[in-house]
Amino acid sequence: MEKKGWDGFEIGAMLRSFDGATQDIATTLPENRPYSQSNSFTASVADWRIEKPLFNKEYCIDCQFCWIYCPDMSIISRDKKMVGIDFDHCKGCGICVQVCPTNPKSLLMFPEQKDEEAALAEWPKKEKKADAEVKED
Amino acid sequence: MSEMKKIKNLKEFSTSADRFEGANLLCPGCAHSIIVREVLNATNDDLILAASTGCLEVCTAVYPYTSWDASWIHIGFENGSSAVAGAEAMYKALKTKGRLKQPDRTPKFVAFGGDGATYDIGFQWISGCFERGHNMMYVCLDNEVYANTGGQRSSSTPIGASATTTPAGRVSYGEKRNKKDMMAIMAAHGAPYVAQVAPNKWKDMVAKIQKGFEAEGPVYINAMSACTTEWKFAPEDTIAISDLATDSLVFPLYEIIDGTKLNITYRPKNIIPVRDYLGAQGRFKHLFTKQNEYLIDEWQARIDKQWDYLQRREEASV
Repeated sequence: MEKKGWDGFEIGAMLRSFDGATQDIATTLPENRPYSQSNSFTASVADWRIEKPLFNKEYCIDCQFCWIYCPDMSIISRDKKMVGIDFDHCKGCGICVQVCPTNPKSLLMFPEQKDEEAALAEWPKKEKKADAEVKED
Repeated sequence: MSEMKKIKNLKEFSTSADRFEGANLLCPGCAHSIIVREVLNATNDDLILAASTGCLEVCTAVYPYTSWDASWIHIGFENGSSAVAGAEAMYKALKTKGRLKQPDRTPKFVAFGGDGATYDIGFQWISGCFERGHNMMYVCLDNEVYANTGGQRSSSTPIGASATTTPAGRVSYGEKRNKKDMMAIMAAHGAPYVAQVAPNKWKDMVAKIQKGFEAEGPVYINAMSACTTEWKFAPEDTIAISDLATDSLVFPLYEIIDGTKLNITYRPKNIIPVRDYLGAQGRFKHLFTKQNEYLIDEWQARIDKQWDYLQRREEASV
């Protein structure tokens, strides 16, 4: 963002979300949007995290619970599939891990500095006790 | 565009392109943004939004950033509702005069406010909007406390909750008055649609929001928003606490159509004791002592009575 002096302000105090022409935002996916510099999408809250969620594709059933309950739009879902996590905007709250219904969980919290490959290698195996009670709706 | 978006299941819903952006400054695990996403994603139409002062407003519009990919305005603590009502009145006027540039687009008018802005400070303004009958939706993000300014009690704070202006201690057990029944008040305005929703029951919530968009006239939505900071629970438990609230019937999910006809939209399979809901939160910790324990029984009795009343109203459909 361009630095403004003490008396500088956007004209009309209007903060624009987008710079270019956008026809229909409701159907334009985030990666195709012409974000303006005043959209918070261009900022990051990654330094809020102490623990980060990591995603193991192997166990994921694409139920999308993590997508609907993520407060920070950080679960990336494309074509009804869970694709990954947006680590620029994830605050590390851990809701996605709590709502994950698979056994073992396909999302787990790890310390921020943890290497992803190492985490995937030590992923817990399926528990013997059948406790796979999938939550309704 | 004016056709209602079809959302059959969560997989289908997940193809929605969010119009609310990350890197807002809401606490990790805040239910506000879960609710906002479920509201905004319920439609593909254009949105004209307003927010009253509160957590949602201060956290999503920190200069030089905005988190809203839609027209959004903030004026004061009390008038999120009137800001949207004004825009709606202008839209209607321009439409009547045939001066709209794109008359085929049917924008939805939504105002967001916290429980402070709804139950206390903005009450008169909301009442005015409903009396004038604007075609708008008002969503109250009800976290039962003034969370933005440090946890003062509001008239939504329930009995026994410890807030910074009603602290629990040797002398007091916290808030002494019961929560205001905002649902009944808004229904009494004769609003075409009034509903209570919770973010953990997303399907119920999206269905209600869409009904609200379809209704002609002012719509009031009371959304339970579990507050990790002021209710004092771990950020990852937001959905679990919301489940406790809906399953213990502390937040029953129901709708009131045309001010009279009441429908219960969610009946828990196993009703859990209110004690479990209270025990999960730090703000009720002091109730679990010998001299305060009677309050938990009072809570349970009150919730049972309320549930009984709702069921009878549904049965009688009055």
